[in-house]
Amino acid sequence: MVDLSLELAGIKLKNPVMAASGTFGYGKEYSELVNLNKIGAIVTKSITVNPREGNPPPRIAETPAGMLNAIGLQNEGLQKFIDEALPFLEKYEVPLIVSIAGETAKEFIELAETLSKYPKVKALEINISCPNVEKGGMLFGCAPEGTEEVVKTVRQATGLPIIVKLSPNVTDIRIIAKKAEEAGANALSLINTILGMSIDVNTQKPRLGNITGGLSGPAIKPIAVRMVYEVARAVKIPIIGMGGITTAEDAIEFFLAGASAVQIGTGNFVDPQCSIKVIDGIKKYLEGKKLSGLKDIIRKLRA
Amino acid sequence: MAQQRSRIINHQKLSDTYYKLTLESREISALAKPGQFVNVRVNSGTCPLLRRPFAVHRKDKDKELFELLYEVVGNGTRALSMRKIGEELDVIGPLGNGFKIDREKKSAILVAGGIGIAPLACLAEELIKQKKEVFVILGSKTNNFNWLSVDGYKLSVCTEDGSAGHKGLATDILENMLSTIPYTLSAIYACGPKAMLKAAAGIALSKQADCQISLEEKLACGIGACLGCSVKTKNGYKLVCKDGPVFNSGEIIW
Repeated sequence: MVDLSLELAGIKLKNPVMAASGTFGYGKEYSELVNLNKIGAIVTKSITVNPREGNPPPRIAETPAGMLNAIGLQNEGLQKFIDEALPFLEKYEVPLIVSIAGETAKEFIELAETLSKYPKVKALEINISCPNVEKGGMLFGCAPEGTEEVVKTVRQATGLPIIVKLSPNVTDIRIIAKKAEEAGANALSLINTILGMSIDVNTQKPRLGNITGGLSGPAIKPIAVRMVYEVARAVKIPIIGMGGITTAEDAIEFFLAGASAVQIGTGNFVDPQCSIKVIDGIKKYLEGKKLSGLKDIIRKLRA
Repeated sequence: MAQQRSRIINHQKLSDTYYKLTLESREISALAKPGQFVNVRVNSGTCPLLRRPFAVHRKDKDKELFELLYEVVGNGTRALSMRKIGEELDVIGPLGNGFKIDREKKSAILVAGGIGIAPLACLAEELIKQKKEVFVILGSKTNNFNWLSVDGYKLSVCTEDGSAGHKGLATDILENMLSTIPYTLSAIYACGPKAMLKAAAGIALSKQADCQISLEEKLACGIGACLGCSVKTKNGYKLVCKDGPVFNSGEIIW
């Protein structure tokens, strides 16, 4: 029997498959369709200190083998998360990683300090790369200096493992990755969505109210795998790979490229059972190849 | 709400673009309320990627069947139209809030624009069971609804090109109706293109009548997690898949 459990950046996981931020809410909706305790970890929708309304609709546009989203970090704010979402998640064993997004360093401090007080929160994922907001995400995550500033700030504000989620919308993701590592990140998660656009030729208008949005889904997988490959060779800290994973085979590409764990996002929309199927599929793959565990595939790309 | 595999019992092409799909499901046929929908995986590949939402058109609790009425308008519906009898569809549902039925209202006016008839037919059946007097106004661009079987309600048809019924818009008929019947005893429901819903909302407002509209928006998760299907209302952004698809017409900021 293959054992998929691992410890990543100090977080104990029963398997390397997580639900990606923004695609799983705070777990409540999917709990009716999926056994949350079978998933490796849940990364929450990003929270900001104050509630955010989000972008004007339409917020979604399907594209070939993918979709654009411009949600705009809609969320009910930190206090509501603590009062409502956290108690709900206390009922489940699944490790909770909270995604935080701030417009200023001060906001990141408040989020990090406050959330660190709750034992249910096992790690923080810093969203400095959301392409759908004017301030905050874009400002920090696309420049090495901004990344360094935020990570150092959060590092001082918490003892929890810090995962930095990287944007692909940069010239060289390796530079940002290295800065995040130097500034104290315990792990990196990549990639966030890729900036894209879709135009309705009948109305001659952009399909999204925000005009541009983030592309996700199978279409971005080759870019994501390449970036995981590059970053794995630039840093020593563990990498959580994501971008278009819908099958176990997809996930294994990421492991071979250098990821220690994976996240599933858009795949959950297609099939809420996706994570469970991927977990089972990874087991079958390892058994089929007579491998003993994840260490036999992580970064084991034959070059 | 559950995810299940539903077998296709029947799949009929009704006209050039309209199809009716009969699916097996004990839960959905028993639990679905008029106005609720299901989110269907239309194919097994990645293109189209996302599920497509369809209103529950009819349901039969005893036979454990439910029907979807849909129009082929793009990739997703085209993919669905190719699924065969005997195949199983991955379906999530029932989803959404459904229409509210007011015990005090003795009659109902249902305004359907094209494929908007899909959830309204389900509602009509329920209202008739509750012994209400039901009027259905069906508007479309041209005459493509001759396959529709009317059962227990008064139907007024209109077409934009005049090829069947009254020449004009469903909302014209609605406006006339509200001038002649004691509409305070009537519940008004509407489903169809956005322009029609906006017009219906305007008429309802001018007559100070209540009107429930069923909205449509692009969905990703369909269950209230991704926040993609937001609509602007007087109480902030609401989700069409979870807070809706049915809203009070006066609530929407067009």
